[in-house]
Amino acid sequence: HGPYQPHEPGYGLYQPGYSPYDDQIPDPKSRMLAIQNAKAYLLKSSTTSGLNLYDHLANMLTKILDEQPTNAVDIIENISKDVKWAQLQKKMDTLRDEHEILPTFEAAEKRKALFLKANGEGDEELEEEIGETPLPNVMETAFYFEQAGIGLSKDESYHVFLALKKLITVQPIQTCRFWGKILGLEMNYIIAEVQYHEGEEEEETEEEEVTEEGGKGMGEVEDEDEKKEKEDEPPKSTYKPPPVIPKEENGTGANKYVYFVCNEPGKPWVKLPPVTPAQIVCARKIKKFFTGRLDAPVVSFPPFPGNEANYLRAQIARISAGTQISPIGFYQFAEEEGDEEEEGGGGRDTYEENPDFQPLSVAEMVDSLATWVHHGQSILKQGRCVWLNPFQKSEEEEEEDEEEEKAEEPDELQQEIGPPLLTPLSEDEGIQNIPAWTAQPSTNLIPQYAVAILQSNRWPGAYAFASGKKFDNIYFGWGHKYSPENHTPALPPPVQAEYPSGPETTETRDPTLEEELAFKAATEEALAAAEDEEDEEDVVEDDEEEEEEED
Amino acid sequence: SLNCVEWSLLPPATEEMVAQAEQLKGRFQGDPSFEYEYTEINAEDAERLFEDGKEPMVKEESRLVATIEQIDRAVGIIPRGAFLKTPLGSVRENRNFEGLSLTEAKKLSSYFHFTEPVNLKNKTLLEKADLDPSTDFLDSLEHDIPQGSWTVQLEKGGTVVVLRSLLWLGLTFYHVPMTKQYGYVYFGTGEKNLDLPFML
Repeated sequence: HGPYQPHEPGYGLYQPGYSPYDDQIPDPKSRMLAIQNAKAYLLKSSTTSGLNLYDHLANMLTKILDEQPTNAVDIIENISKDVKWAQLQKKMDTLRDEHEILPTFEAAEKRKALFLKANGEGDEELEEEIGETPLPNVMETAFYFEQAGIGLSKDESYHVFLALKKLITVQPIQTCRFWGKILGLEMNYIIAEVQYHEGEEEEETEEEEVTEEGGKGMGEVEDEDEKKEKEDEPPKSTYKPPPVIPKEENGTGANKYVYFVCNEPGKPWVKLPPVTPAQIVCARKIKKFFTGRLDAPVVSFPPFPGNEANYLRAQIARISAGTQISPIGFYQFAEEEGDEEEEGGGGRDTYEENPDFQPLSVAEMVDSLATWVHHGQSILKQGRCVWLNPFQKSEEEEEEDEEEEKAEEPDELQQEIGPPLLTPLSEDEGIQNIPAWTAQPSTNLIPQYAVAILQSNRWPGAYAFASGKKFDNIYFGWGHKYSPENHTPALPPPVQAEYPSGPETTETRDPTLEEELAFKAATEEALAAAEDEEDEEDVVEDDEEEEEEED
Repeated sequence: SLNCVEWSLLPPATEEMVAQAEQLKGRFQGDPSFEYEYTEINAEDAERLFEDGKEPMVKEESRLVATIEQIDRAVGIIPRGAFLKTPLGSVRENRNFEGLSLTEAKKLSSYFHFTEPVNLKNKTLLEKADLDPSTDFLDSLEHDIPQGSWTVQLEKGGTVVVLRSLLWLGLTFYHVPMTKQYGYVYFGTGEKNLDLPFML
């Protein structure tokens, strides 16, 4: 079988000079011809892609020799594919580029707004504001937390910083703080803790009053209808829902701060509604992930009164109450109000910065937990920070109650007392054998510049740092409390009895004939005995009667 | 390692270690030689153990090893195409892996568990026909139970895709689309989130 011709299969495998049939081509001229034939074949362009094998092989070998990958023979097909792909890419280039820029471009557009200065801000105004700006120095805080390995990336911190600045220019804010970030399923929340100037929050309360009055009007109409139907009414239920505990006023207790959230820096800030005690009590019983959308419903048992915005606010309130701490002495009570025996036993509500604060050294801050105190008021079981007796009835209500049947007297609630403000952390209960807080310095190698870091074990994700006169708290996490046991959802309450069961409503079997006769005889004997006692003269008649009846 | 300076080699995990560690609850202490006492033992286990003459104490070291093994096995993930299976059956890294595209990166089905596949055989023949045996030889994340136990988010303006596991809170997987960069890390308390079905 001589040298292969171009039309025969197996052509490319033949290498001139190495075949066993060499002696059949002694003539150099025909060998040159064979080589030229071979090259011509290789240079033949493919009809489908316009490439030819010669160029392709040359490119591939060039690439291999340039890059010198290990085990080239194993990945030769991939290399071949890459070379072909590289050829094609030039034609499709423009389309691809446009496609890819879009998503990142959109995101950048949103953030761009942050980087622009607000309108109307002249240089003079800037100088005035620099003295007292409510804007917190987020980058500084981020730096301290970074020493402990906690925090967002520098990019994101800076974006948050700019977003907070924008928030301040829009709302009349007195103090502002970056509270932290809560992770969610679809999107995350960035949260800012804010205090308004006094007198700025009246709009909201007016709206609420309007809705309450509307509710009362409805109630009156319903009462009239009920009176008409009184005769035909089924028995009224004796169930009295437990009184609704009113929420705390804005600016005090659990609603001391107002919180704004946004999903990403650059998106508009949304104000969270104030929290009600019912929401806090319910939030303690459920454990749900946040989705990232504020209007998402919270499906749970016991049913949560509100949507995700309310649940988020309730969790923020719980976390703040449990983990907002400061070094001892930084805050002190105002000295004028010294009465601890106020009504309700609320204790001291306010604190102010101590101008004579002497910072403790980092080693002391880390060694004992008594050097830290809570400056967030703890939330009682009732769901408020200040206990309120819901059964304090006004005069009108007392009159009504006297008329109605008092089927159930409410149990006397004992006044709930929580730990007073500014209690040191050493009083915090641990969980099983774990202390409530873990303290450590940021570095053991450079004690002069170390920062004291505290991690909460009850709310994983809450951190606090202190260094000299500076301190701050922050939260990064999913927003749930830590519990070593598994979460057991509350069982549904037992099925209510429809009616009180007594001898009248209890079903019994119909008496049989014998039982009826026996009953009849028994009653007659009883009657007869009674008559005997009354009239002994009628004995004969009675006997006759008995005989007749017994038949 | 406790301080990133001195490192000690951990022993490989055995089934026994994993079984023991699953019964322990609560946080890690931070001391590798700390010994836990069994607080809740079934009657059978107690008998078995006392027969052997061993005391039911579990070292934190073995608990650590078992936890690492569990995490890797349960939620260790790789993007599709990063590893290839050769015809001989061995799994090698794909040096030609150029990363997932942006649309692919947002889908859960483009990520696989990096362990022995469990669900692969249960797929219908129709689905199997679409699979490429060199790249699709592992379980995809789509069918993880319970559904929705992974969150997919784009960070940094859409340049990085981050997957977080909700079963092991703290496991984060990152990938930069159209590049070879990917990886996963775990920062957390080392406890499985058994409340997951209630929380979704």
